[in-house]
Amino acid sequence: MNALLAILFYLATLLFVVGLFHRIRTYAVTPAPLKIPTTPAPTTTGGVVLRMTREVVLFESLFKANLWTWGLGWLFHASMALVVLRHLRYFIEPVWGWVVFIQPFGIYAGIAMLLGLCGLWARRLFVERIRYISTPSDHLMLLLFIAIAISGLMMKFVAHTDVIAVKIFFQGLMHFSIQPLPADTILVLHLFSVVVLLVIFPFSKLLHAPGVFFSPTRNQADNPREKRHISAWAAKMESEK
Amino acid sequence: MADITPPAYRSIPIIPKLIPGAMEGKGPFVATDKINEALGFPGHLVDDWHDKAIAKMGDLLTRFRSLKVYMDACVHCGACSDKCHYFIGTQDPKNMPVARQDLLRSVYRRYFTLPGKLFPKLVGARDLTREVLDEWHNYFHQCSECRRCSVFCPYGIDTAEVTMAAREILQSIGYGQKYSLEILGKVHKIGNNLGLPAPALKDTLEGLEEDVKEATGIDVLFPMDVKGAEVLLITPSADFFAEPHIDSLIGYAKVFHATGTSWTLSSMSSEAGNFGMFIGNYDQLRQAALRIRQAALELGVKRIVVGECGHAWRVAYSFWNTLTGVGDGADANDRFAQMLQKQLDHRYKQPAHICEFTWDMIEDERIELDKSANDNLIVTFHDSCNVARGSRMGDYPGGQFDIPRNIIRAVANNYVDMDPSTTHERTFCCGGGGGVLTDDLINVRVKGALPRMEMLQQVTDMQKVNFMACICAICKTQFTKVMPIYGFDRRMVGGVHQLVSNAIVLGKNK
Repeated sequence: MNALLAILFYLATLLFVVGLFHRIRTYAVTPAPLKIPTTPAPTTTGGVVLRMTREVVLFESLFKANLWTWGLGWLFHASMALVVLRHLRYFIEPVWGWVVFIQPFGIYAGIAMLLGLCGLWARRLFVERIRYISTPSDHLMLLLFIAIAISGLMMKFVAHTDVIAVKIFFQGLMHFSIQPLPADTILVLHLFSVVVLLVIFPFSKLLHAPGVFFSPTRNQADNPREKRHISAWAAKMESEK
Repeated sequence: MADITPPAYRSIPIIPKLIPGAMEGKGPFVATDKINEALGFPGHLVDDWHDKAIAKMGDLLTRFRSLKVYMDACVHCGACSDKCHYFIGTQDPKNMPVARQDLLRSVYRRYFTLPGKLFPKLVGARDLTREVLDEWHNYFHQCSECRRCSVFCPYGIDTAEVTMAAREILQSIGYGQKYSLEILGKVHKIGNNLGLPAPALKDTLEGLEEDVKEATGIDVLFPMDVKGAEVLLITPSADFFAEPHIDSLIGYAKVFHATGTSWTLSSMSSEAGNFGMFIGNYDQLRQAALRIRQAALELGVKRIVVGECGHAWRVAYSFWNTLTGVGDGADANDRFAQMLQKQLDHRYKQPAHICEFTWDMIEDERIELDKSANDNLIVTFHDSCNVARGSRMGDYPGGQFDIPRNIIRAVANNYVDMDPSTTHERTFCCGGGGGVLTDDLINVRVKGALPRMEMLQQVTDMQKVNFMACICAICKTQFTKVMPIYGFDRRMVGGVHQLVSNAIVLGKNK
């Protein structure tokens, strides 16, 4: 089981990194031939950075759209961010001070993350419009996150796992040596779910995470009259004349 | 017309229940061979449409980052699901922006993503079949590219971009829309959407000079093809003869007259509207816009001013610099753009909206206004969708909301805003924009007007509003047609410059 999970983690990480890098590269090199910011939009690059920050950190547009979706979605994402940061302790030695500091908050965040996910799923199940637009993968994606959250919380509150051994296992992975892993079903389930998440990330709607930064309606400055904007393929049309 | 009944107002504007299939149908008329071929599209649906369509989608995905990112990024959160006026008015779930995008996205997933190739059912991917193609033709012509959904999307996904891509795929295989493509043909051949040739235009303008002379006793000119004029006015061709559009054209002419501005129209470039954007074809968009560049160069004008038109102002403001060089800030070695930019007077914004021009003149006290001329009116303002969400006026974000309102307040004593959930960036489309303004889509148009009509009813009931000003030729045409069906007087609709025209005091040049 150790070796299997170790190999899976290597493969999944490789797929995640390469897949995501490839996707981001595609977004970056695909031209945006026209100025299409959703206005009113900031007129300067500094303004665009602020707008994007508000969008990514506070989910500004979603806030305007629907308070329930915003509340549940933000709760899920913010909690998850804290939970991920909390897990840094398995990968660094010595553990940084601020990572130590957030440990207890990370636990509450785990619970909050689960609540947010359940709320989002309830919305998907019971709101007619959202149910209509949901594909099986939309439901499964939420279930996957719920499985990760529940198995993680269970190891804290129900059946403790040997976290020291887990840390040794991951430290080992980082130095290409396979160390023993506690043979707990919940732990294996937790880790396997994370492997699945890493694998599907570059091929699924989870690409919204890098995608938002490349969205022309959000990342362009509103200055088309002041600065000529032209893509390479469009400029060619002018030289043909 | 008589058999068209509007949807009932919602007593509380709650989100409507879904009625699947409510707007199923054949969609708008398909372009004929002649119309298609004039623009270089295949005359009718090609035999290998399946492969051609997929290839076109692949091509667009590499040329438009918006499409690529928007195909991937949607998480089906539903933020946009209740924001579209066509969904609100029709209750057809495929008119939810996300569902409309998914008509295309499902095919994208099947042919361009690994999960869609391996597990199509799981991720909602589907093969491109004739049924899917027909569905595209139908539902992508129930979108006015108004961008309201993009305001609320956490990733800024703009359904307008998806609609444009879908239409571009359709026309590339000979399955384009008659209305938009026919109009583009007229622009290329004659110079305006209405197919109004130069002599007829000249006649119309002379008639207008007589009319204004009769009404005011003043010789207000409507010049055409005047070389060396300072301002070239590019305005939607509906302004030349449609009601109430023409009253705004008179308004522009009076402002130019009162401020002593030398100006001209162009007979070869007598159209602000650019249907190239509606059909999502960059080349058509560019070709139509190049007529303005050509006219500006030939007439040697210093400024280009654009009349009241929504999508047109978006094209002018956001795209003209890219497409034609009308603007500022081209690289020194950009010969194509510099050729025109050197000619233009950069003390002024290029291009400028007529509202920017007029407001500057009002602020500089270059025109005299008698507000009481509009005392019979209680005015509200409909923010045109593409002005609100796809452009700007003035020096700061949001100027496109303030400047028209400032003008109205300067020329009329009674002004009220409609419900703030339907104004500014949250404004609803009139229901006729983006290539929908055709009688074969009248059912879509009437239903799509519902949210705006509800809010207009509110201010007519509560505040006795009797005039809705707007700054878009499509809004004006759509509302005059649709409002009587909702029980309003069609004369309630007019342009901002119609109000200016009423209030401006001529004969006292400053």
